[in-house]
Amino acid sequence: MSMSDLFQDYSEAAARTGAYDEMFAPGQLARKSYGQVAGALRELSLADVSARADSMARTFLDRGVTFDFAGEERPFPLDIVPRVIPVDEWDVLERGVAQRVRALEAFLNDVYDKMTVVSDGVIPRQLVTTSAHFHRAVHGFEPAGGVRVHISGIDVVRDAAGTFRVLEDNVRVPSGVSYVLENRRAMAKGLPEAFGQQLIRPVEEYPRRLLSALRKTAPSGVDDPTVVVLTPGVFNSAYFEHTLLAGLMGVELVEGRDLICRGNRVYMRTTDGEQRVDVIYKRIDDDFLDPLQFRSDSMLGCPGLVNAARAGGVTIANAVGNGVADDKLVYSYVPDLIRYYLGEEPVIANVDTFRLEEKEAREHVLDRLDELVVKPVDGSGGKGLVIGPDASKDELEALRKRVIADPRGWIAQPVLQLSTVPTLSGDKFGPRHVDLRPFAINDGDDVWVLPGGLTRVALKEGSLIVNSSQGGGSKDTWVLADSPQVPVEKLPRQSITVRERVSVWPVESNWRDRQSEQQQ
Amino acid sequence: MLSRIAESLFWIGRYVERADGTARILDVHLERLNHLPTEERRSVARELLAVMGARPESEDFGLEELLHALAYDKHSATSIAGSLGAARENARRARETVSSGLWESLNTTYYGLNQHRKDVVGTYRFCHWVLERTAMVSGLADTTVSHDDSWLFLALGRSLERADMTARMLSTRDVLSAGMSWVNMLRCAGAYESFLRTRRAAFGDQHAAEFLLLDRLFPRSIVYALRDADECLAKLDPSAQRVGFINDARRIVGQARTFLEFHRTDDLMSELPEHMERVQKAVSQASDAISRKYFNQADELAWVGEVS
Repeated sequence: MSMSDLFQDYSEAAARTGAYDEMFAPGQLARKSYGQVAGALRELSLADVSARADSMARTFLDRGVTFDFAGEERPFPLDIVPRVIPVDEWDVLERGVAQRVRALEAFLNDVYDKMTVVSDGVIPRQLVTTSAHFHRAVHGFEPAGGVRVHISGIDVVRDAAGTFRVLEDNVRVPSGVSYVLENRRAMAKGLPEAFGQQLIRPVEEYPRRLLSALRKTAPSGVDDPTVVVLTPGVFNSAYFEHTLLAGLMGVELVEGRDLICRGNRVYMRTTDGEQRVDVIYKRIDDDFLDPLQFRSDSMLGCPGLVNAARAGGVTIANAVGNGVADDKLVYSYVPDLIRYYLGEEPVIANVDTFRLEEKEAREHVLDRLDELVVKPVDGSGGKGLVIGPDASKDELEALRKRVIADPRGWIAQPVLQLSTVPTLSGDKFGPRHVDLRPFAINDGDDVWVLPGGLTRVALKEGSLIVNSSQGGGSKDTWVLADSPQVPVEKLPRQSITVRERVSVWPVESNWRDRQSEQQQ
Repeated sequence: MLSRIAESLFWIGRYVERADGTARILDVHLERLNHLPTEERRSVARELLAVMGARPESEDFGLEELLHALAYDKHSATSIAGSLGAARENARRARETVSSGLWESLNTTYYGLNQHRKDVVGTYRFCHWVLERTAMVSGLADTTVSHDDSWLFLALGRSLERADMTARMLSTRDVLSAGMSWVNMLRCAGAYESFLRTRRAAFGDQHAAEFLLLDRLFPRSIVYALRDADECLAKLDPSAQRVGFINDARRIVGQARTFLEFHRTDDLMSELPEHMERVQKAVSQASDAISRKYFNQADELAWVGEVS
């Protein structure tokens, strides 16, 4: 069987979606960036592809690359066809993501301080103060280390015209980077032919970058900061990611009960007694972080953390209260925030968004609920989202009531035909919709964007919902570098000649044992 | 115990560890090799083979030939299949001494050698399988054999070979210096997570090499393996309690270990090739000395026979 069999009917199916296909230009010509991948797939039979896919899934299960679905550990489905981003497109994405992170960082600093953005009339005060994640408990202090958005995931999609747009910002606890790391490992062994000799930007430095940024933002005066990852525990859906990141950074993975606050400092309980903790990479929601400030019934956090952060005794990454910046209504203002704080035009555009608090927009949207996507402003993981064309009459009616009752709580957007990538489904490849979550790390001086990011794919034909909790999978995401040659290969192999130098070991004769001397 | 049996056990230890080390090295380098242009791939494949102590049989030596030479060639003691076959052959000769668990696991491994696809993807799985099998053999040797002299010979062979294999891993770093990252070097030895936990934020070539060469607690480091070998030798020959050593193997292993352990340097990376060469030389000399002392007594017996 050849590529034409595996891709039988692909172009018809792709045309039906009306979406931009990442791999094929119209007429089923592989785009330049996909040349190597298409060539490798052409060589494989269906039996090969299925065997590879099975073996990759088994590897994930063996390695425990799972997410928690309704109390069950499931391997995160990894599709065998990678998503390839050519370097010129990546350059734009990289700049756009970094720009956004810098603007959101500035916005958060402002919101928890003087709120000049409000007094200058860029954004309404009420919008900020009514955000569910605007926390007065962290108002009026600059966090130790001076950074609030250490780690972010900026979701982007490609519309039918092939233009990238930002779908949402995640500056609280963005997850998924562990799959980026694991996908690359699995692909390198599962489909080595597709890599060929092209240079694909590596992702393995992420944990080191993260650790270095976390250490750099430690409270001042700490020479050798101790970093920990704070997890809600083994039942969290992203627990695998917490263990992986802690392991790859070589730091402790702690739960709330391992920590203790005293005198505005944080300590962890160890076999050698209490040890000071300087930086906490927080993987739990703000609401559960500190029962003194937020939910008093939370057993996941540690009482006193917020006060310790306020006093500058500990760095919490990401900072408490960041949720106000990824509120989806604030999202609609981000292009303005970029202009206001950075004096730049946005590199990547937003998706057109209706603010339902505005009367005209609301009426317009309520008339066309069956054509639009309506989302709760503080949701994540696709929770509560209603896709108009797919919803029943009753669902739309219920939605209408909820929107009228709480217009601040919702936004509406046109249905985007997310771009597609060929994805194995049964005995052939079919077009499936994807999004992309690039991850950025901010160490205060510099925003570094992990090359690629997590491509999530809706495995069901026609589905636009890519969340793993709702039947989504992922793809390894490759950013191709400019030159097909590996630049490091071109370095002269000087090491060997340089190293012919004075010997540091005792001369060999001292080593010769008695017997061999006698033999001579 | 019989010299012949002791020799078999020593070589079971060495061969199993050699298969393990070769699988680790192959697994990590395969990924790298696969991305190289054909010409470069050929020269790197040759160099890799040379590091493993063999020479290509023909001029035409590429990836496929490398896989054959390091993984599947049953007639070469450099390859995984050859090593595991030899280990099993040694166990067969010492079958009445080794536990049935150890024998069976070696035998099962031997018969499993053929059940793998010999392409690149198949070889990844093969390496993985080999690591599991060797861990099993090693575990059964440790838990089902009394830790008497027979086990000591096995453990001695294993630790000497382990020092040698880690030295080879570090040498491949030198040969492929352009492409081999320290992360891969540590993964090769299964040391990545252990390394990260000990180092806080101090990453890099030098630290990684130092870890694999000198760490006193990581079992695959050279210093650790040499210390293990030294302890086995001391238990096998408890005679030299007070002054000096008459046992050549102990002197060779002990000198190499203490030199490394007490050596101070500001430039480990540039000394690395010499360290690796000397470690490999010490292992081979120690192995010879052990043979002479414990196994190779045919000459002496003939001489004794003449007198009596």
